[in-house]
Amino acid sequence: MSASLPAVSRLAQPAEGAAAKLSSRVSLPRRHSFYEAMWGWALIAPALVFLVVLFFLPVIGVFVIAFSDWQFGASSLSFVGLANFREVIFDEGFRASLINTVVYVVMVVPGTVLAGLLIALLIESSHSCRALYRAVHFLPFMATATAMAISWEALLHPTIGLVNHSLAALGLPVANWLRDETTVLPVLAVIGIWQNLGYAMVLFMAGLKSIPLDLYDAADVDGADHWLDRLRTVTIPMLGPVSMFVVIVVALRAFETFDTVQILTQGGPGHSSEMLLYTIYRESFEYLRAGYGAAVAIVFLAIVVALTLLQARSMDKRVHYQ
Amino acid sequence: MSGIAIRNIRKSFGATRVLHDVSLSIADGEFLTLLGPSGCGKSTLLRILAGLEVQDTGSIEIGGRVVDGIRPKRRDVAMVFQSYALYPHMSVAANIALPLRMRRLSRAQRLPLIGRWLPGSGPVISGIEMEVSRTAEALGIAHLLNRRPGQLSGGQRQRVAVGRAMVRHPAVFLMDEPLSNLDAKLRVQMRAEIKDLHRRLGVTFVYVTHDQAEAMTLSDRVVVMRDGEILQVAPPQEIYADPNDMRVAEFLGSPKINMVDATMREPGLVDLAGSALPVACEIAPGSKFTVGIRPEAFQFAEHPGPGVITGSVRMVEHMGSDLFVYFDPCGLEHPLIARLSAERAPHIVAGQTLHVSVRPDQLLVFNRDGRRVRARDVSRTNPSTPVREWA
Repeated sequence: MSASLPAVSRLAQPAEGAAAKLSSRVSLPRRHSFYEAMWGWALIAPALVFLVVLFFLPVIGVFVIAFSDWQFGASSLSFVGLANFREVIFDEGFRASLINTVVYVVMVVPGTVLAGLLIALLIESSHSCRALYRAVHFLPFMATATAMAISWEALLHPTIGLVNHSLAALGLPVANWLRDETTVLPVLAVIGIWQNLGYAMVLFMAGLKSIPLDLYDAADVDGADHWLDRLRTVTIPMLGPVSMFVVIVVALRAFETFDTVQILTQGGPGHSSEMLLYTIYRESFEYLRAGYGAAVAIVFLAIVVALTLLQARSMDKRVHYQ
Repeated sequence: MSGIAIRNIRKSFGATRVLHDVSLSIADGEFLTLLGPSGCGKSTLLRILAGLEVQDTGSIEIGGRVVDGIRPKRRDVAMVFQSYALYPHMSVAANIALPLRMRRLSRAQRLPLIGRWLPGSGPVISGIEMEVSRTAEALGIAHLLNRRPGQLSGGQRQRVAVGRAMVRHPAVFLMDEPLSNLDAKLRVQMRAEIKDLHRRLGVTFVYVTHDQAEAMTLSDRVVVMRDGEILQVAPPQEIYADPNDMRVAEFLGSPKINMVDATMREPGLVDLAGSALPVACEIAPGSKFTVGIRPEAFQFAEHPGPGVITGSVRMVEHMGSDLFVYFDPCGLEHPLIARLSAERAPHIVAGQTLHVSVRPDQLLVFNRDGRRVRARDVSRTNPSTPVREWA
């Protein structure tokens, strides 16, 4: 949305330039550009109103709350400066939550990208049952996360769950997956990968389709005809822009994981599966410490924005567009 | 020795037959052009030569070696694609180096960063770099080596594509409409450069195009293809002047050849566009056929007479040294086009009556199937017989 504003002013620029070239007596182009600008604003107005009401004002609200001692539902508040932030920084619970989130993202992003790419390549390399495989892998992304989490809970149940039954039948060790500090985060990550990989797959498949076949022919003639060489010479580099998009979107989705934590673990055991969005929710709406929750939300926002900028800049340099 | 022998190649895509039993032999060092409209199978034939498509039946021999079932990289051919097919994420230098890296370095040695430090790869890599810069030098793109293809103009990309093909000294160059993405001026310039490249390298070139000017200017021999068949194989001059088939005659030449329905009146004399013209071939009197007349075969005549076609001028296009005159002889639905010298036919204007004569050996006679009916030996031995003698 924010891109619309520069676009409109860019539209208006050529007309202004033309006006400057003509002598000042000719006012027609100038008036023309004024009308054009007015039209531009009128056209974006509805979207702008919603953006302000639903996005900018709430963000400002969160900032205000973060500097106050407001309790959720209270009728008065007083400003406490940076006290909430100081508490966030020295809070062990927050630190655990932050580390858990980072570890989770570091597991989910590469897992999703690699699995999505692998499945996209497998589906594209064969002609049979393409639509079926595509649908099967895309389903988890479409389905309600809450319902899926409940299904996973059943699968992972320590005594009656299918996972442990299957492992036991194969003679492998079983575990109480969601109640064990060492397994809970990897298990949540596997579920996260499973949820997002269909999305990555669809994007990669679209990316694969847009690679010119001539490049594969050229690679064949040039001697890069082993599948590994074709992948390295053509496929992976040409998927650069898509990969960057997938990495950013999946990382953002992983950062804001909430439903699986809320339904499967409630952050436990201890703090071992607590993640940032869950912390914000718990502090604000369970403990009613809205000021503290808002401060965590701002830290969260800062991390996400910084990460997005960092990713965009670092990958932009090595990604070819066109 | 890198001649090519193509024997009885057939190829279908699903139910569509693209090549019907094509056979052709190409001499070592020859510049051969496959010419035809789109969909005639010329690109498919080239891709079969490269090994990018597999023929249904038939066999290909390159340099005396049967290459059926051999992968493209082992065929000793290089290909320049219509889209250039440069790797957009690699620099120009890396693009040109790729065929050499693929051949001379192991997979481990090609790894980014560490590959360079593996035992034995240092000298090979510097060798490759030297050859790349030598090739770039030869093509005048040495200053572009660090750029990406996206930063180059069409002509520069074309040169990089040629460089990538040239760098490993292939025995055969395959070019698939390499100039069709360039503007008209650059196309003429690059055409000359390709011709020069062929002269310098002296290897076999197989060149696919639908542009007759490219085919005529570049080739030692031209193969005219249509609907998956070879219509004629001959040097450019012969293809133009002595076509085997109506489709060949119609495909070559601008403005297009005039095709006129005619009837044989008596041996050696044909009824055509309201006149009786002498013709140098034996066809049974009364039979109908088609006569092709190149626009430049018409000669301006001052007066009507025997052997002269008369018509009213519809339109005149001045082309500088020549005039394109569109005129309507009586009894024809479509106008004929004559290309007349501006000096000899100076003041022709629309609406006036025009008289033109044609030399009998310039009438190309085609039967109902479009096959050429050759002139008898009479005209062959005496091609400059003046028109008056026939009258």
